[in-house]
Amino acid sequence: MVNKTTSPPLWLLAELTYRCPLQCAYCSNPLEFTRYQNELDTDAWFSVLRQARAMGAAQLGFSGGEPLIRQDLEALVSEARQLGFYTNLLTSGVGLTAQRVNALAEAGLDHIQISLQAADPELAQALAGSAKAHANKLAMAKAVKAAGYPMVLNVVLHRHNIDQIGDLIALCDELGADAVELANCQYYGWAFLNRQALMPTREQLVRAEAETNRWRETLAARGRDMSLLFVVPDYFEQAPKACMGGWGSIFMTVAPDGAVLPCHSARELPMAFPNVKETSLQDIWYQSDAFNRFRGTQWMPALCQQCDDRDKDHGGCRCQAYLLTGDMNATDPVCQHSPQHGLLESLIAENSHNTPDQATLIPRNARQSKQLQGQAEIQSGLRQSGLAAPSPRQPLELIYRQ
Amino acid sequence: MSQQLVISHQDIYQLRRGWRLQWEAIQGCHVILYPEGMVKLSATAGAILEQVDGHHSIADIIATLQQRYPGAESLADDVVQFIEEARGNGWLAVKEVHCG
Repeated sequence: MVNKTTSPPLWLLAELTYRCPLQCAYCSNPLEFTRYQNELDTDAWFSVLRQARAMGAAQLGFSGGEPLIRQDLEALVSEARQLGFYTNLLTSGVGLTAQRVNALAEAGLDHIQISLQAADPELAQALAGSAKAHANKLAMAKAVKAAGYPMVLNVVLHRHNIDQIGDLIALCDELGADAVELANCQYYGWAFLNRQALMPTREQLVRAEAETNRWRETLAARGRDMSLLFVVPDYFEQAPKACMGGWGSIFMTVAPDGAVLPCHSARELPMAFPNVKETSLQDIWYQSDAFNRFRGTQWMPALCQQCDDRDKDHGGCRCQAYLLTGDMNATDPVCQHSPQHGLLESLIAENSHNTPDQATLIPRNARQSKQLQGQAEIQSGLRQSGLAAPSPRQPLELIYRQ
Repeated sequence: MSQQLVISHQDIYQLRRGWRLQWEAIQGCHVILYPEGMVKLSATAGAILEQVDGHHSIADIIATLQQRYPGAESLADDVVQFIEEARGNGWLAVKEVHCG
């Protein structure tokens, strides 16, 4: 099926590797990331960059895993910049040195975004599994600023660090950030696995947003130009987000092994995605079943097709619909009109009684990834032979591991 | 704050550091690119921003565009209004601002 109304991609996310020195339990990488170890080489990435640029993509994110692990990062940045991309590096800062900051600037990198886990080294270590990372992040944030890049800092919020929000903003202010993304984690990949331990209470969210607003006033009164973007977890919303601006609408991700996805979480869906090793990006974007699957409104359930917001929110997020209902064609349960919206309200209510316990977080690392794959295979084997009794306590995880 | 300043024709602006104006042939328009963001510009906005280079004052820009589009009315107002908007969006940095 060729969709004549399809517009060109504007945005390419290049996930250069799934390797990462940190082990953040809210990572959006797929649980089974260890299955995809055959990374594209430098020439293959050059080809991806040229193809995407020729198709019209102008924004480029280098991400991962930790993109700094790739020794060819400078070469890729240089090629991308010459092609006319606006190049963003999304990094933990681990593996960054002042020399590399400057080398990347010389290669033409436009922007480095560093993520912080917490305001203090102890919590940062508990969350990311590295004792040295926090101090290095702060040093690198200063180096990025000194090199003249626009500085955007990113903090993924969850119940273990959200009460530190005032300290986090103060730290970003001290580091001279131009903008701060205070983004509550959304529950995909490892964050979905760890959802129960990560989900904040409604009270925590309300307090954090109020604190952010107080900071906005303080900064404005000081004439300090540092924008604060506060993102609430979808689960607490009443209307779904227009995920990726619509499926296959402006955005594409190329995963480390060359799989091409409409978003970085789509790999969790029970469908096949094309690979740049076999098919051109042009064909993948315009012709592939995967990219055409959720374009337009034809695929939508009746509830969405009849809704006035269908062209605004595009039926919400396919991954979220799948993870929460087991049906990727369903209305995103974040929508208050979804028959499954109550599921989110009960999750929130249930979670408000839990006490935060970092020990329950499952770290994102290769060992856990392999273990989870093993469990998933046993589960699916047992299910096929009719032996597995569905666990009443974890119905969503069961759906997820299919 | 700078947002409240009245724009004078002598002011000189440039794009904020890290912000880039670029012609995109596939979209057929100018775009502003910045950290993880992009805005497609109208032909008028593109024509004005092309002149915002840290050297030319607002008055210069108006004169250049007036020469290029001799039939256009209220060009001065359009330019000032757009510069105000662009400044409000955080796209511009001040090179030189004159009070008045």
